[in-house]
Amino acid sequence: MRPVIPYVTAALLFGLGGYGVLRRRNAVLVLMAVELMLNAVNLVLVTADTTVRAQLPHAGQVFALFVIVLAAAEIGVGLAIVLQLYRLRASVAVDEVPLTEPPLTEPPAGAGTTATSAGTTAGEVTR
Amino acid sequence: MTGVDVLLLALGAVAVGAGALVVTTRHLVRAGLYLVVCLGALAGVYLVLTAELVAWVQVLIYVGAVVVLLLFAVMLTRAPIGASDDLDRPGWPAALIGGGAGLGLAALLVDAFRWTRVDLPEPGTAERLGEQVFRSWVLPFEVLSVLLLAALVGAIVLSRPDIGRPAADRPAPAPGSRR
Repeated sequence: MRPVIPYVTAALLFGLGGYGVLRRRNAVLVLMAVELMLNAVNLVLVTADTTVRAQLPHAGQVFALFVIVLAAAEIGVGLAIVLQLYRLRASVAVDEVPLTEPPLTEPPAGAGTTATSAGTTAGEVTR
Repeated sequence: MTGVDVLLLALGAVAVGAGALVVTTRHLVRAGLYLVVCLGALAGVYLVLTAELVAWVQVLIYVGAVVVLLLFAVMLTRAPIGASDDLDRPGWPAALIGGGAGLGLAALLVDAFRWTRVDLPEPGTAERLGEQVFRSWVLPFEVLSVLLLAALVGAIVLSRPDIGRPAADRPAPAPGSRR
């Protein structure tokens, strides 16, 4: 087995994931690109398990299992955030998310009581 | 080049090709389906690398759960079925950073490993991995369960709008009766 083949595969997948995270506007597609990066790391861990003779056997594969669990937790919280963003702003474009406080007078389109309550909450905090 | 190398090359090419389609396609749903192909090919790579348990966990959790969740999110955010033109930002910095990271890491790893050959270790079956997890890695394992609980509670709190508001903003009936 030539370890350079899976290592190079993992490096290329990581580059593709980074490209996707920076390139995509849709938040769900950004999450998919993050999954690509996590899988590249997993592939490095599993390949290192075959090339490195560690004191504990199969440590790389155990770490890969842990990373898979972390990815599952991350995708759950990430999707909750994305759906909340969609409920507030009726759009999941990441470059339309305002980085400052929203104005109090006009609640965002397509939002119900959630948006107005979030607006007043932010306003009370700033006052 | 042995059979193992050929298999690794073929599965790696499938994974990288499907990954490239995930980050370039104009169809949201197809991006999720290409992700299935990419993750499945990676599971095949794990099998060739004798990581049996990791491969099946990859199929179960990634292909079975994570991709389904992502497709749910695609549907819930009312994604169009056909091609959409507003998925991308201008891409020069992304191509520069992504290509730089990928090709730089690839060059580094090629330089480190050249064309050396290693023997495959004994397969990582569920028995061997379970022994390791419950003997050497028990504490991280337990911490992970706490992390999963925290993620669960966090997702619930995030997706319920009536949690975390000041008391004055709450509707007059009890919050539990509204939803």
